[in-house]
Amino acid sequence: MASTDTRPRHAELGLGDADVLGMYRAMLLARAVDERMWLMQRAGKIAFIISGQGHEGAQVATSWPMRKGTDWMAPYYRSIASAMTFGMSAEDIITAHLAKGDDVSSGGRQMPGHYGGAPYNIISLSSPVGTQVLHAVGIAMGAWVRGDDVVAMTSFGEGTANQGEIHEAMNFAGVHNLPVIFVCENNGYAISVPLERQVAGGSVAARAAGYGMPGVVVDGGDVLACYGAAKEAHDRAKRGEGPTLIEARVVRLTSHSSDDDQRRYRDPSEVEALKERDPIPMFANELRANGILTDDGEETMRAEVKAEVNEASKRAEARPEPTPDDAHERVYADPIPGGGTAVPLAPVGGGGQ
Amino acid sequence: MAELNILEAIRAAMDEEMERDERVMILGEDVGRKGGVFGATEGLWAKYGDKRVLDTPLSEGMIAGAAMGAAVYGLRPVAEIQFADFVYPGFNQIVSEISRIHYRSNGTFSAPMVIRMPYGGGVHGALYHSQSNEAYFTHTVGLKIVAPGTPADAKGLLKSSIRDPDPVMFFEHKKTYRLFRAEVPDGDTVVPIGKAVVAREGKDLSIFCYGFMRTCALEAAETLAGEDGVEAEVVDLRTLRPLDLETILASVEKTGKALVVHEANRFGGFGAEIAAEISEKAFEHLDGPVTRLAGPEVPGVPFHHALEDWFMIGPPRIVDAARKLAAY
Repeated sequence: MASTDTRPRHAELGLGDADVLGMYRAMLLARAVDERMWLMQRAGKIAFIISGQGHEGAQVATSWPMRKGTDWMAPYYRSIASAMTFGMSAEDIITAHLAKGDDVSSGGRQMPGHYGGAPYNIISLSSPVGTQVLHAVGIAMGAWVRGDDVVAMTSFGEGTANQGEIHEAMNFAGVHNLPVIFVCENNGYAISVPLERQVAGGSVAARAAGYGMPGVVVDGGDVLACYGAAKEAHDRAKRGEGPTLIEARVVRLTSHSSDDDQRRYRDPSEVEALKERDPIPMFANELRANGILTDDGEETMRAEVKAEVNEASKRAEARPEPTPDDAHERVYADPIPGGGTAVPLAPVGGGGQ
Repeated sequence: MAELNILEAIRAAMDEEMERDERVMILGEDVGRKGGVFGATEGLWAKYGDKRVLDTPLSEGMIAGAAMGAAVYGLRPVAEIQFADFVYPGFNQIVSEISRIHYRSNGTFSAPMVIRMPYGGGVHGALYHSQSNEAYFTHTVGLKIVAPGTPADAKGLLKSSIRDPDPVMFFEHKKTYRLFRAEVPDGDTVVPIGKAVVAREGKDLSIFCYGFMRTCALEAAETLAGEDGVEAEVVDLRTLRPLDLETILASVEKTGKALVVHEANRFGGFGAEIAAEISEKAFEHLDGPVTRLAGPEVPGVPFHHALEDWFMIGPPRIVDAARKLAAY
């Protein structure tokens, strides 16, 4: 659509310079945390890594409209940047990966990549893919039943889009126009199986038509396009107009996980070409072209991020290990014979504590 | 006191809890305008509206998963699975998510919700409307499993389940829905989860049962008393998890003989757990082999009445098994 507006794109979207610099910084921080955890994995400190590198632009941008303390998120295992944009700190993420005893996500009970936390309204995630999408729909249903102004967002990969629960979730959300945003981060591979062997028709967003909701495809390297789609989806949800499915075409810059080697199933030239679509330099170029980001500014930002990650990993590593004494606790919320402790219930619309 | 059948008692429990706590909502297939295929939610849609009594698509994964999301958010969903036989699309949500969210979040999230399921045979429902699948769920840590056998227990236990901070699977034997009426205490009376009840005192052997088997066991006990002079103690477990071992072991210590009865097939069934606990913890009190009477090892209840009768456990088979054990 041609625009006569001569303002930079971010201004057209209602974002100030500070907002886009904040988004860029959030992407840098998530990438730095991710890279640091790979180093810690190589050093034997973290057992396993499942990475979000290449997804940061889409994640930061789609999470940006979400209201902390009000809205809810049901993310997936690559959602480091989403979780951090929605309130988790670098230290929270690294602590979860180190499985420390006072880790906010699970107290050392869950493997790396399974973060979340009641203080952030981020549902602690599990490993069977796609289950979280129904939880977001359930939260949206709860908000709709109660008349609360709450939006739930959930994210998942294109491989997960083939689970039956995704159909169940989108159909139900479509039937009742529930305030939920489905973000499919399509990186073209479900571990080793490419899109054309996973998704009939080649587009997850196209399925939205069948559920009576908008389906939007955005370039995951185009941060502002992702933001624009998410902002519109968030506004629609708040207006009671129902769900939106956003398919962000992103790149997976790393192997599926630290236990995978994508050279076994991807051509080296293909992997090399992915760097061209890395959202971090793409967004930096746009901000530079608009005079928002300067070399000095970027240098300062990167130094701050590095210091923040250093400090976060130092503090995370110093946290206490969990002990088996505690492993029998918090099985049930209600004390019953054989273990469990009482936890106050979540107030409606609030966090879990 | 009102005389209610089990279906009316269940409906009364939901009605009272919805009135008492605006966080309580019902969701499931046909639960709204129709009032449920068995009528359990009749009248509630008209009273509470179509959001709090919500008709869902045919989508058991959605029913379970969305109920969990709503529970984590702060509501108290009561989900109806139309038949226990149809719960399996929701199995992943129940076993991977609902049962584990509290533990895996180190206690910071909870899923206070109820899944009600009509189960059991004897109603010409064949393989896919008759299953007693409680053992799939009793094995799962994090769930509480309730299976009442009387109107008063159905009402009191459902009220407790709705108020419970943990996820509860509530098994309703569909043959008992309109089987008989009995007195149900008026007002806000709850029955605690995790407590068995001695339904009939006896000194010669103990019969452990739940759901419809309570009715069958009590009838069998009368026959045994009248024809054999054998006084059977009938223990209705009411809750399968957490299990009231104290009451079970006290009964075995008294009678020295244990007969465990359930409708589900025997192999790996819930009776195996009770038998093992008794063998481990009351061995020195036993005066006969811990015995299980359970459904046959076939994949489901066959349809034709002659075949269904062959499958079902009724009072005569309980009498036979009890006679053998009493004579041991």
